[in-house]
Amino acid sequence: MDNALKESQTMVHVTINGRDYKVPAGSTMVQAMWYTGHEVIHGIGCLGGVCGACASVYRMKGDFRLRNALACQTLVQDGMSFSMLDSYPIQRAHYDVAALSDPKEELFTFYPESATCRNCNACTEVCPQGIDVRDAVWRANFGDFKAVADLTMSCVMCGLCVSRCIAEMAPHEIALYARRAYGAKELPYPENLKIRLDEIVAGTFSKEMDRLLGLSTGELKKECEVKS
Amino acid sequence: MSDLIEEFYARVPVMDETPAPSLSSEDRQKLLTHFYPDYRPEGKATLRVGPNAGTVVPEEIAALLESRSRLQGPRTLPENPDREVDILIIGGGGAGITAALHAVEQGADVLLATKLRVGDSNTVMAEGGIQSALGEGDSPVEHFRDTFRGGHGANDPTLLSILVQEGPRMVEWLISRGILFDRDPQGNLSLRKGGGTSRPRLISAKDYTGLELVRVLKEDVVNAPLEILEFSPAVELLQGPGGACAGAVLWDLDSRKHIFVKSRTTILATGGSGRLHIGGFATSNHFGATGDGLSMAYRLGAKLVHVDSFQYHPTGVIFPSEMAGMLITEAVRGAGARMYNTLGRRFVNELETRDVVASAIIRECAEGRGVPTPSGASGVYLDLASIDRDAGEGTVAKRFPNIVKLMTRHNVDPTKVPILVYPTLHYQNGGVQTDAQSRTAIPHLLVAGEASGGLHGTNRLMGNSLLELFVFGRRAGLEAAQEARERPPFSWKEVSIAHVDQFEKDLAREFKGGDRPIAPTLFPDYRRKDS
Repeated sequence: MDNALKESQTMVHVTINGRDYKVPAGSTMVQAMWYTGHEVIHGIGCLGGVCGACASVYRMKGDFRLRNALACQTLVQDGMSFSMLDSYPIQRAHYDVAALSDPKEELFTFYPESATCRNCNACTEVCPQGIDVRDAVWRANFGDFKAVADLTMSCVMCGLCVSRCIAEMAPHEIALYARRAYGAKELPYPENLKIRLDEIVAGTFSKEMDRLLGLSTGELKKECEVKS
Repeated sequence: MSDLIEEFYARVPVMDETPAPSLSSEDRQKLLTHFYPDYRPEGKATLRVGPNAGTVVPEEIAALLESRSRLQGPRTLPENPDREVDILIIGGGGAGITAALHAVEQGADVLLATKLRVGDSNTVMAEGGIQSALGEGDSPVEHFRDTFRGGHGANDPTLLSILVQEGPRMVEWLISRGILFDRDPQGNLSLRKGGGTSRPRLISAKDYTGLELVRVLKEDVVNAPLEILEFSPAVELLQGPGGACAGAVLWDLDSRKHIFVKSRTTILATGGSGRLHIGGFATSNHFGATGDGLSMAYRLGAKLVHVDSFQYHPTGVIFPSEMAGMLITEAVRGAGARMYNTLGRRFVNELETRDVVASAIIRECAEGRGVPTPSGASGVYLDLASIDRDAGEGTVAKRFPNIVKLMTRHNVDPTKVPILVYPTLHYQNGGVQTDAQSRTAIPHLLVAGEASGGLHGTNRLMGNSLLELFVFGRRAGLEAAQEARERPPFSWKEVSIAHVDQFEKDLAREFKGGDRPIAPTLFPDYRRKDS
């Protein structure tokens, strides 16, 4: 935090939860909250842009547009007014991926609302990961789960798409379902894993492993070429 | 690009691709001894109290272990526990979730308590992958050898043999949950190379491996028949008959009340301690990584191993400073990324083990060949552009989309300009000493994941920590279920926190009543002191 101030030497005006502050330019939104004395617990997870805990909403001065961002990854700007959306309520399906028999059809059992997309594209526009969420929802509806997987691999499950969906669905949960079904039900079992597991079960490596475990520490170090 | 960043990148020197001279064993040893923080005498303290008295550890770890309880005296238990369960799992990262899923399959009544949300952990941040010896010409034995060599021969051979042999089976389990690992055109799991390994052995989900693992397993655990308490970290373990563990005291962060849990078996899966910022290092760890499990287990009498050993991942971002500590996966070096000092020269083979590479970076900066940042720190260049030159335009964007996304948000395009890096505190190599069943010196206290110690020796190889979570998370879950079935019943009247009183007495005696810090701290406090 002090480093950001040292680096930039300039302060910017922000509004956090409705109150005005001055914070160093170059701070992330979360760092701005710390700088102004906020204790942030709900809304912080990894601080590395992958856990989706810090979904936030903001507006810029003089601009009517409502914007969203991950607070640990977004730098404050002069005139930014923001609040965190600690947890957006969602409806999550209860299913066992291994027990799915017709995943493409079962999508509509678990998430019937996925078929009600009205193509407004708000989900895509809000996604902090730049995912084409609207396309992913349609691909899921059409049963192209591979495409869903390719489109949504970077989803951090922040739920901002849910906050904007006029059909009130949870696109990130639908995508998770489609990815899992694709992985568990459509992808072939990897041959290299099968070969190795068969060898392990057959005890192919047991003798050599037992020999290593029978060595003294000194012998084992020599055998494994421990350098330092 | 902002002015500051533009100015910084105007100074990038011409880069000379000539590889650095290779190191002899003596060179490596010298490099480590002179520059690796574990081997430096400064910032260390000798433990005076508890099962590891006499061990030299970083001061921050001494403060964590030789600490007072968050529970103030006189310490009494309520009339009845708030919850009574077969198994209490403390920590909702990869190890805790895996243990929970396996324990409920055995029919156990499980309570999973975690500090933040389920899945908020170092696991979710793992970029690189899981080591599993699946390649032709590779084997669990080769995996064993590489890991033992990488761990400087300090690894527990029994734990390691379990890790490498049960690894592939856990990979199968993950695939059955629908986790999407990268595949080659034949449908095999793609294998990539990590530092310090003799074979390509990393399976990954682009550079989102941890995220892919956690979002899938989290869905399973919230759907499983068990109780989850979020925002409820443990602050103390409870002692039962015979000195065994009997549960824990949780702290509800929202209601600010204690929750007393009586359990037949307890699994600590509290993870690492990067947020203690040992030696002032930035960290790649999640917000809650404050080593809670170590201090609680230590007070109860559990022995720790290798708690003087930490992994400083060589390549943490150091500029722009708001990103400090963020990790750039080792897989970029496996793919051909190169490192340069301020003179534009390469100074170490980029695929040496993590501790050697980190030491070399610290050396460059200490000896004036580091690149200064505007805030007065220094680092070295990590150039990913060479990956695209070697493997074709677009390779970085395809294989490391997360790095490109995160850096670009901060106005640095890593496909065009080098990333400035410095070692970042990344992993707690040691922890509570465990056996093959994840048991500790304290009966009915099991430990899994980063909080446990012994497996990695004194330097962990990339991809072995994710593997450990699954192999030993499963073992802990199964062992806990069995112990819960077999442990003779005991009453709440036999449960106490007298061990905490005793520990504080020992502290007062050794430190002559001098003030000791309170632990676990639960979170770092980054608020401006005069705010």
